[in-house]
Amino acid sequence: MSPSSFPQKPSLAVWKFASCDGCQLTLLDCEDELLTLAGEVELSYFLEAGRATPGGPYDLSLVEGSITTAADAARIREVRAASKRLVTIGACATAGGIQALRNFGDVEEFLAIVYAQPQFISTLADSTPIAAHVPVDFELRGCPITKTQLLEVISAFLHGRRPNVAPHSVCVECKTAGNVCVTVAHGTPCLGPVTQAGCGALCPSYNRGCYGCFGPMETPNLTSMVQSLRDRGIDDGGVIRMLRTFNAGAPAFREAGDALAAETNEARP
Amino acid sequence: MTHRSPASRTLKVEAIARVEGEGAMYVEIHDGQVLDVQLRIYEPPRFFEAFLRGRRFTEPPDITARICGICPVAYQMSACHAIEAACGVAVDGPLHELRRLLYFGEWIESHALHVYLLHAPDFLGYESAIDLAADHASIVERGLQLKKVGNEILELIGGRAIHPVNVRVGGFYRVPTRRELEPLRERLLTALDAALETVRWVSGFEFPDFTHELELVALRSPETYAVLGGRLTSTQGLDIAADEFDDHFVEEHVAHSTALHAHLLERGEYLVGPLARYALNAAQLAPEARDAAAAAGLSPDERNPFRSIVVRAVEIVHACAEALRVIDAYEQPNYPAVAVEPRAGVGCGWTEAPRGTLWHRYELAADGTIADARIVPPTSQNQPAIEHDLFHFVEANATLDDDALRHRCEQVIRNYDPCISCATHFLDMRVDRT
Repeated sequence: MSPSSFPQKPSLAVWKFASCDGCQLTLLDCEDELLTLAGEVELSYFLEAGRATPGGPYDLSLVEGSITTAADAARIREVRAASKRLVTIGACATAGGIQALRNFGDVEEFLAIVYAQPQFISTLADSTPIAAHVPVDFELRGCPITKTQLLEVISAFLHGRRPNVAPHSVCVECKTAGNVCVTVAHGTPCLGPVTQAGCGALCPSYNRGCYGCFGPMETPNLTSMVQSLRDRGIDDGGVIRMLRTFNAGAPAFREAGDALAAETNEARP
Repeated sequence: MTHRSPASRTLKVEAIARVEGEGAMYVEIHDGQVLDVQLRIYEPPRFFEAFLRGRRFTEPPDITARICGICPVAYQMSACHAIEAACGVAVDGPLHELRRLLYFGEWIESHALHVYLLHAPDFLGYESAIDLAADHASIVERGLQLKKVGNEILELIGGRAIHPVNVRVGGFYRVPTRRELEPLRERLLTALDAALETVRWVSGFEFPDFTHELELVALRSPETYAVLGGRLTSTQGLDIAADEFDDHFVEEHVAHSTALHAHLLERGEYLVGPLARYALNAAQLAPEARDAAAAAGLSPDERNPFRSIVVRAVEIVHACAEALRVIDAYEQPNYPAVAVEPRAGVGCGWTEAPRGTLWHRYELAADGTIADARIVPPTSQNQPAIEHDLFHFVEANATLDDDALRHRCEQVIRNYDPCISCATHFLDMRVDRT
């Protein structure tokens, strides 16, 4: 299956930056669709699945991971230049990921905690999303992304249309699933009202509150959310921790967490 | 990039494919003598152990899952075991069995991924499973369906295959009913057949004649082929509890890796993973897996790392057979989790991730705040062993031309199913011949 034998097939590339590999694994987790997909597109660069030499241009690049090193900041510009369309997949690529927790601390101190020889390590102070470095054509959210949404995005871009990915909150998915509201019924703290849909309201379906792994929805009301969490007995430290997980660097979560942290500091004697 | 003169050469692989994460290889040969071999891990560090400080004791299962998208359950389970140990709680009975079932889902998914999509193409001369599928669609389909059954277990019990949401310190948020588990039975019976086919298929591959005498290390428990907890044992008599890890192992930071190298004190490199588990615990495999291993010509004395693919296939058989037993014996627990109250102290825990033993250690304050966290993943333990194998393999095969040698070296690395995302705190191959 060389590209030359199928000159009409669009080319797909998958790139990894700082991440857990889970979002690109989502592509290999499409067990029923993978071989069909491989028939429709040329998997030109997908290191986890096979050997390939970077080159391009690629019709569609999927980018996983965040930018945490100077070398990666340069590499993403090369990837962008080699890609006609670039879609970021997952919380790392769209918001900086869990590793963006370094943005709230001192990276030198983090280095010293983990590594005996910090001088061997080259890293940036912040973990930043791909869109902070290069133009991005679409951001697919989730930690990890959802398989059906990934296939929708690939299919949409290959057909030259916008992906049909709903921007509403997890609450809508709970209503669709017929879930009883975990907050109303059980007083369980839940980030569902401010969190982007896409998981299928997984956590509430398992009797737990949403922990925000798809990041903030389009127009989240964080003021009201913070109050609701306080009403369920979560202290401000707890609310800050809830906002600072896998999408800690997403603007709406970051700003609400920072505001609360500033308030908490002022309240200290 | 390859430089070649009659006597000396350099081989590099800048980005090793079909491994999880990013790494490179460097080999330096002078006058046919191997001078240096490095497995370079350049995956950027993500500092999990640093930002776990100050978090609540309930958070590591969700947070550490994000270390690895391929084996998140391993992280969740080792974290739970360590934190429960710190709080003086033991989770047993049906909740423990449900954890095993979830973990078998991950073994099946991860092993099927490695056997079919990452490792088998090496033995059959294909660049990828996609290329393999062009000639042998039904084989690749079988692998994908096997992998899918693993994911179905993860999805049913965990909520989703990658970063399951249903795991918590003390147990689960929601436990399935017997009826909910029932559809898995039929799927697992099909998977068991596919797994037995897999053992027959991979045992027929041609394996390079290569063995090593590394110390093999794996968990051992009296009742079962160890997955969740137990004592750490080895082929050289090691037998320790989780809180004795630091007395026997040391982690070292080397310049060419963002993964820390682990060594056994005074003994050096060692090996964790399927080959080690099989060497130490083969007698405890499910009868179906024991029979399949015997038919495939495996014995606990197996020391050819290339044959690890056969052991992985045998472990898929075991995971399917045991998962069926767990489902058949399952009684829905009355509560989804046992209560875990924080207390000041230190707790260590370990489990057998698909790639080998994964150790966690947490130090908690009285209010449940994490004061210190340490994680030693399987790949950082295997990295020195991989370099050891590469060194001896290149030494024995230095006459191969660069392309053949590079290809074989990549195979040596993939024998270990290295998970670079995990190990970083981890590959590019270069061979310098001068």
